[in-house]
Amino acid sequence: MFKFLFDRDTWQEVYDSFSKNKLRSILTMVGVWWGILLLIGLLGSARGLENSFNRLFGDFATNSVFVWGQSTSKPFKGFQEGRKVRLSLSDAKKIEKNVEGIEFVVPRSQDQATVVRKFLSGSFQVAGDYPLLDQVQKKKLIYGRFINQNDIDFDKKVTLLSEETYKQLFEKKENAIGEYVQINSMSFKVIGIFKNGDVNMGPSTDMHIPFTTFQQIYNRGDEIGWMMITGKPESDIKQIEADAKLLLKNLNKIHPKDSRAFGSFNLGKEFGKLTGFLTGMQFLTWFVGIATLIAGVFAIGNILLITVKERTKEIGVRRALGATPFEIKRQIVVEAVFLTLVAGVLGIITGGWILIALDAAFGQGDDAAIVNASVSIAVVFIALIILVVLGTLIGLIPAFKATSIKPIEALREE
Amino acid sequence: MLKINQLHKSYPIGDSSLHVLKGIDLKVEEGEMVAIMGSSGSGKSTLLNIIGMLDEADSGDYILDGLPIKDLTEKKAAVYRNKFLGFIFQSFNLINYKNALENVALPLYYQGMKRKERQEMAMFHLEKVGLSDWAKHLPKELSGGQNQRVAIARALAANPKLLLADEPTGALDTKTSHEIMAFIQQLNDEGKTILMVTHEEDIAGMCKRIVRLRDGVIMEDKKVEQVRAEQYV
Repeated sequence: MFKFLFDRDTWQEVYDSFSKNKLRSILTMVGVWWGILLLIGLLGSARGLENSFNRLFGDFATNSVFVWGQSTSKPFKGFQEGRKVRLSLSDAKKIEKNVEGIEFVVPRSQDQATVVRKFLSGSFQVAGDYPLLDQVQKKKLIYGRFINQNDIDFDKKVTLLSEETYKQLFEKKENAIGEYVQINSMSFKVIGIFKNGDVNMGPSTDMHIPFTTFQQIYNRGDEIGWMMITGKPESDIKQIEADAKLLLKNLNKIHPKDSRAFGSFNLGKEFGKLTGFLTGMQFLTWFVGIATLIAGVFAIGNILLITVKERTKEIGVRRALGATPFEIKRQIVVEAVFLTLVAGVLGIITGGWILIALDAAFGQGDDAAIVNASVSIAVVFIALIILVVLGTLIGLIPAFKATSIKPIEALREE
Repeated sequence: MLKINQLHKSYPIGDSSLHVLKGIDLKVEEGEMVAIMGSSGSGKSTLLNIIGMLDEADSGDYILDGLPIKDLTEKKAAVYRNKFLGFIFQSFNLINYKNALENVALPLYYQGMKRKERQEMAMFHLEKVGLSDWAKHLPKELSGGQNQRVAIARALAANPKLLLADEPTGALDTKTSHEIMAFIQQLNDEGKTILMVTHEEDIAGMCKRIVRLRDGVIMEDKKVEQVRAEQYV
């Protein structure tokens, strides 16, 4: 059988039968070519979209929920409704200790500040942060370092500036690290410059200073602005949100059914919707691609059936000359597989070109909609194997048709 | 060489059946040249097809060169056809997208012969029919007589024991017919056994024996004085 595949005559026969029907063979192949092209193009684009989402959210611990205090909407334990709810550092610690499945709780505070440096000044959003923030919302540092535990322990007056803030406070290309800026008339040493990500969770931040320092200069005491709760990768973030809120209501003497006392944004839930959408798209892609492929392969089977019908006489002659039914079938199956494979490989190549074109058109720059649109080699191989299997199966139909006619009937046909 | 005993064959037509061959007895010795004659519907083509293993008899014996041809699978029939029989058809039945040489080489391909050997052998047979200069030409580029010569070369390629010809001159004009017949006679002179179906008296007269069929039985079976075709060429 394998010797047969390497036999020059086999391919001579295949070549002859195609060169005889060039147009028809090409039209036939278009079906399969189109199918695999769609499959590769769509899968690659879906992957590109996924990559671009991953790049946007890659720096975030996506299994997170943000919680902040609002006003109560129900009276409880002697308190009137409409009471301002303030979260505190101890709330954060209790949540971290008591709610199951939590990885980190990161308290944050933020406020407006006037910042002056030499003759330049501006109004900026200053956030007080723990070093932990860097783990749940990776800061892209251009220069310097992020806040460390030492800064927290000693309430150091150090600050990180965003790239935009740096541009407003410093001259072009001026060194900022080690320089001082005045935040609300207090001197802070610049330890780093960061780049704001494409996606910001919560209010945008122009400057970071150590959390403890922030609490001091704004006289906040124990009170925090909001907290980021990050669940372990395997834990259910919706459950964590519910548990945390219930605990917070308990701690702050708020009616358990008061739904407006805390505001929250569940990043994990939103992200889940997004990944669900992407998974759905990938499923759709496979479905559409494979359905098109099957349609294409059927077209090949159909054409081969017509070809066999037209070649009835030729097949009769061959059998009169001593071709066994197996040899006839084998030849037709080889033709079918060859057609599907050539069309498939061409489809894969052109699909690749389309992905290259997509990448050139939409894949450049930091805010590209499609990042690294590609398909894995495994997918290509699976597609090829599907093609070969389908080609063989579909080739069997005309093959059996060809040998079901007795040679005498085939010869009689004029 | 060939022995047929009480051969019967009928074809179903709707609910009834048409009895085409009604007990044929025929014996052909090696080196004979037999013409099977009869009007259309006499069963001559059916007989040739059964001898050619393209069709199967309902009952009766068929022994070819001592080998009983019975209960053939398609595969076995194909091997026997390839080994023992050479076919010449009225409409040549060459494969139209293959050139003369490839057509002649086809039975050798199915014998599993190597490409180079096969082409040499095919060339040898093409030379024998005088068409070596036309080896690379497609059937459509050849005349009817040339095509039939290619077909004869193809029939000879596998060196068969028996040559079966179904109206070999049916599609040719008289002059070309005589050329082809002269050639077939020459093959017979060299010792090939030839069985030919025809309805032309003059062509039949060029054989050594005429078997006449009518309504599925042999009416007449006689040896004749062979008319040489060369004299007309």
